[in-house]
Amino acid sequence: MSIQSMTLREWLLSETPTSRRQARLAAYYKGWLTLRANHMAMAGLAIIVLLVGVAIFAPLLAPHDPYYQDLGNRLQPLGTEGHILGTDSLGRDILSRLIWGARITLYIVALVAMIAPIVGLLVGTVSGYAGGWVDIVLMRVTDIFLAFPRLVLALAFVAALGAGIENAVLAISLTAWPPYARLARAETLTIRSSDFISAIRLQGAGPLLIITKHIWPLCISSLIVRVTLDMAGIILAAAGLGFLGLGAQPPSPEWGAMISEGRRFILDYWWVATMPGLAIFAVSLAFNLLGDGLRDVLDPKDSSS
Amino acid sequence: MAFYSNVPKRQPWLPLPPWARSMGITLLSVSITMLGLLFVTFLIGRVMPIDPVLAVVGERASEEQYNAVYQELGLDRSLIVQFFYYVGDVLQGDFGKSLLTARPVSQDIARVFPATFELATIGIIFGCVLGIPLGVIAAVRRGSWVDQIARVVALVGYSMPIFWLGLMGLLLFYGMLGWVGGPGRQGIFYEDMIPSVTGMILVDSIIAGDWGAFWDAFSHIVLPASILGYYSLAYISRMTRSFMLEQLSAEYITTARVKGMSEWAVVMHHAFKNIRVQLITVIALSYANLLEGSVLTEIIFSWPGIGNYITTALLSADMNAVLGGTVVVGLVFIVLNVFSDLLYKVFDPRSK
Repeated sequence: MSIQSMTLREWLLSETPTSRRQARLAAYYKGWLTLRANHMAMAGLAIIVLLVGVAIFAPLLAPHDPYYQDLGNRLQPLGTEGHILGTDSLGRDILSRLIWGARITLYIVALVAMIAPIVGLLVGTVSGYAGGWVDIVLMRVTDIFLAFPRLVLALAFVAALGAGIENAVLAISLTAWPPYARLARAETLTIRSSDFISAIRLQGAGPLLIITKHIWPLCISSLIVRVTLDMAGIILAAAGLGFLGLGAQPPSPEWGAMISEGRRFILDYWWVATMPGLAIFAVSLAFNLLGDGLRDVLDPKDSSS
Repeated sequence: MAFYSNVPKRQPWLPLPPWARSMGITLLSVSITMLGLLFVTFLIGRVMPIDPVLAVVGERASEEQYNAVYQELGLDRSLIVQFFYYVGDVLQGDFGKSLLTARPVSQDIARVFPATFELATIGIIFGCVLGIPLGVIAAVRRGSWVDQIARVVALVGYSMPIFWLGLMGLLLFYGMLGWVGGPGRQGIFYEDMIPSVTGMILVDSIIAGDWGAFWDAFSHIVLPASILGYYSLAYISRMTRSFMLEQLSAEYITTARVKGMSEWAVVMHHAFKNIRVQLITVIALSYANLLEGSVLTEIIFSWPGIGNYITTALLSADMNAVLGGTVVVGLVFIVLNVFSDLLYKVFDPRSK
């Protein structure tokens, strides 16, 4: 059978891959097929794709300016003409603020998801590969950070650094890296003693090359699962800081801060605080669902169900 | 390994029984962790953009006054020396004075801590009483509707912001249905009526024999405690389920069934008995996590606990109070973790 007559699907599912690239793509494709069969995970993915779309096209989608105040039109209920989700205490359109808030949420999540796992990967692999004193010292430091309740430590950091989105990201990352370090260290310890590493070492490879080229790629899949499952926690932590007034600062349409604004009128104008909460809930639920699905694909040994 | 058999066994440098050795190692590692915790809070206090001297003497102090306080606070010494003084102070329970209340932070914390303790304890009771049976049934009837409910409960618990759930609970049960008391620990009528003995109003009102006050306090604590407990319910039920599944697939369970034991006896006397040790660890851990959840819950319910204290201090840049509160919460967290470790050792027959 010539390559031309194969469909892409057949090429990907071929039993006898002819190149390394084909084998690798085939593995990804099979993983995708497994994931696609998991309806809950796909629902989660759909919500996340929707969130990204909403964040990108916020200027086009939002019916109003999220900062525009119309004091004559404040605290309008759901379904008001022109304001489907009503307006807040300054007459700003809640739907538009939610749409623009998606950008802030994504921004925070993306930054933390880049910083924390990379720091954890560095600390964990160095600690696991070097062993000895380096390992003891690094793992003690990790334990110290794990010994704090995350939110309280983040609070103390924000107190020192000052309130704001960037500092909230920094504070959350500082509290989020230790589990990744633990995970990467555990993976490194099992990989380090395997034969192929000894073989590479006999060929003259130094520690730097072994860690970056051979250990990191093997740690990635478990880290990805962990990051996806952690996203929900990151979103909740960011919203919590915003709610306490330590994350994004007021006129900004951050969801947690919006709940904090709506809290004052919760008994009379319930929708002001309810809508942003639903948005936070939907997004972190989506990440949890996708994370569960990804774990089943990438890390079947840990699957709980 | 015959080769090694004639090598003399290495003598430990301290002749101690094994339990004392493991206790000593635990204590050592805990004290290192605690020292590290203090170092982190010390550093946070040092990188603060607020000048600690100005906070004491005020903006219009003369240079002499400034220098005097600068020396009095020990800021002229090196960082390492300052750190050791800091550790010494903390060991004596001295966290400095709060700018906001003008009282020693340690006194403030002693005053607010019982409220958090009371809230978290009722919360964990709620989480265990509902979570453990839910997890067991979900594992025994795997795939049934109970299992599905357990799954949804856990998923929602992992995804919902606790402060929002608290607000919604307040809206529904207080605002619309009027079933529970509103924010705060007591109704206005009962405020400061009960002499404070333990600082926990439920206990104090029983001691005072005032049942009206007890039910009033109960109607105020039930909602925040169940919101808080919901999160440990999610975690505990999930862990119980996976521990039970692990046991139920073991061969000794099949043997018990083959012997003709009733399903109840198999589940309760064999499987459940074996997960108790693991469960205790999980409960201790989620108790520690309740501390964290209580920060946000206390804000929503105006609960005068340590979370509320830290946040209020934070918003008014009262750094001594923030760091003191952080250290105390961190210490409780560490102690609970060690405690769960020790319980594991005490109850697990294999470690004897």
